Amino acid sequence: MKYSLTHLKELESESIFVIREVFAQFDKPAILFSGGKDSIVLTHLAKKAFWPAKIPFPLVHIDTGHNFPETMAFRDELVKKLGVNLIVGSVQETIDGGRVREESGKNASRNSLQTTTLLETIENYELDACMGGARRDEEKARAKERFFSHRDDFGQWDPKNQRPELWNLFNGRKNMGENFRVFPISNWTEMDIWQYILHENLEIPSLYIAHQREVIWRNNTWLPVSEHLPIGPNDKMETKMVRFRTLGDITITGGIESDADTLEKIVGEVAAARQTERGNRADDKRGDTAMEDRKKQGYF
Amino acid sequence: MKEGYLDMELLRFTTAGSVDDGKSTLIGRLLYDSKAIFQDQLDAVENTSQQKGLEHIDLSLLTDGLKDEREQGITIDVAYRYFATPKRKFIIADTPGHIQYTRNMVTGASTANLALILIDARKGVLEQTCRHSFIASLLQIPHLIICVNKMDLVDYGEERFNEVVAEYKNFASKLGVKDIRFVPISALHGDNVVDGSENMDWYRGETLLHTLEHIHIGNDQNLIDCRFPVQTVIRPHRDEFHDYRGYAGRVEGGVFKPGDEVVALPSGLGSKIKSIDTFDGAVEEAFAPMSVTITLEDDLDVGRGDMLVRPNNQPQVSQDLDVMLCWLNKSGPMPKAKYILRHTSNEARCMITNVLYKVDVNTLHREEVETEIKVNDIARVKIRTTKPLLVDSYKVNRGTGSLILIDEATNETVAAAMVI
Repeated sequence: MKYSLTHLKELESESIFVIREVFAQFDKPAILFSGGKDSIVLTHLAKKAFWPAKIPFPLVHIDTGHNFPETMAFRDELVKKLGVNLIVGSVQETIDGGRVREESGKNASRNSLQTTTLLETIENYELDACMGGARRDEEKARAKERFFSHRDDFGQWDPKNQRPELWNLFNGRKNMGENFRVFPISNWTEMDIWQYILHENLEIPSLYIAHQREVIWRNNTWLPVSEHLPIGPNDKMETKMVRFRTLGDITITGGIESDADTLEKIVGEVAAARQTERGNRADDKRGDTAMEDRKKQGYF
Repeated sequence: MKEGYLDMELLRFTTAGSVDDGKSTLIGRLLYDSKAIFQDQLDAVENTSQQKGLEHIDLSLLTDGLKDEREQGITIDVAYRYFATPKRKFIIADTPGHIQYTRNMVTGASTANLALILIDARKGVLEQTCRHSFIASLLQIPHLIICVNKMDLVDYGEERFNEVVAEYKNFASKLGVKDIRFVPISALHGDNVVDGSENMDWYRGETLLHTLEHIHIGNDQNLIDCRFPVQTVIRPHRDEFHDYRGYAGRVEGGVFKPGDEVVALPSGLGSKIKSIDTFDGAVEEAFAPMSVTITLEDDLDVGRGDMLVRPNNQPQVSQDLDVMLCWLNKSGPMPKAKYILRHTSNEARCMITNVLYKVDVNTLHREEVETEIKVNDIARVKIRTTKPLLVDSYKVNRGTGSLILIDEATNETVAAAMVI
């Protein structure tokens, strides 16, 4: 047992290796930071990869304008502590510029509009590798994703024509205008993420921890009441003890009823969960291949 | 709970097989019995199975995620799945049995410590059993578990199991895999998968899951030949770390300690390890696969692509490599074509100078006359590189013995190779 690592240490080491490869193989890499737990873990791993130097690339936040205020405060605090640059790509600006049209209706969301803003941001800042916190266990289309995911000059993913990835040899070569998405925590599961957050005692937005909140029951989940959520005459506002398993736009991220108010209790709850974490995400409920369809367009 | 998960190890294994040998059922059972499948996933699969008019739940739908795969009922690509028991976390590289099988199996096997091979008890050792086993041995997977499946269809008979085992052992003696185990199972009914089997009380061995949980993988590491390929140099440019110069990388073999004498290759300059740093503090020992940052007593010119090793144990330095090559691309190599070669953190240009023979993966026959390389071919070739590389035999070190070739025009990864 002396020369063996725990599963978390081995996953950590693999991710650090991948992040260092990105730094070595690309000119202008960045971390896509959503404020969610996965991008928090990714950013923490990047900090470990280059210590005692600072993280040598910026964080990129694609801001839909429909955020949880807690996420924004968390983001700004973290950027200050790390001393890194923050690039914000604004979906509102993309809408105002007439390059996308806002969805309307009761279930409207800005989720799919993010892709255009993300691609614009990549182009404006000439980013050649964007690291994201996507995991293969999250969604079936993501189970087939590479660590180094090649995107053509339209930002598209071609799932049937991916480069084979063997051993720890990553091929980041590309032509002008093309770029990569890189997923250093591909092999982590939701459980690994929570165990790691607990073990490393990482700060996370309070939204993940059970709290009282005003919510409505819609599409089988508790949606948080906010200025961005259209409320219909039949919607009944209630106050519930909830927490969020994933964080996306405030309009599409549903909470679960929970009394897990510590990290230990969350790990216990995740172990016992019988629904996938993305089951509360309206963006994945738009058809069986919603994730694959969005990824082909350039979503991350 | 905190203590429990801090004792868990990681085991990566690969499975290969076709639709009809029960592989999906077996993986489905492992995932379901270990609670890695969620209710909403199962509901979705149940709905789709019903729509397709199937009598049973088609567990392959859990993993065939792409639109084309679901529509055509085929698996296109390697899929990675995850489950955990209180003892271990498992990563399965699940590879399709038919389409692009060499490319996908080689990819899945490249990171695996163990391979699961399924044999239909009624049919015994088939061509594809041979193919899977050969690729597992070629990629130096140290452990094979042969699941003799569908035992329910041969009346759970001990005699039939023994026949299949004997047949397999006879063929596998050519492969040189050290650790081969046999488990009689019925994936459909669950015999010997997670729970033992009442139907096969003659079987004295462990269940499949018990074997996966307890198989000893600690000895698979190379703790002797110290190899540290440098990925990048860390220079903080901050007052408190003004003169800090650290070499970041991942240990690919051996055990490094502060005070050890090392040589930086290819320059050959020597120094001593001053410290082995991580964000969580300096460590006294670093071994594979730890990612660390090494500082040296002397200021040497060391950068990406260089390797730190011990003076009395060095890799081969060579521009001529003798390798087993797996061709992965649709179009085969053009005569005299140049490729980019990636090996550890190093890169060079190269060309294939000679094809000695091709291997028929189904029969292990060596073809020495017709040696044109096509997609999914495995061949023994000679490669000439533009600069010397620091390599070990793949048998001794999977990290410093493996390489890939990249097409200069398309940037695609076209081949994988293992140093003989």
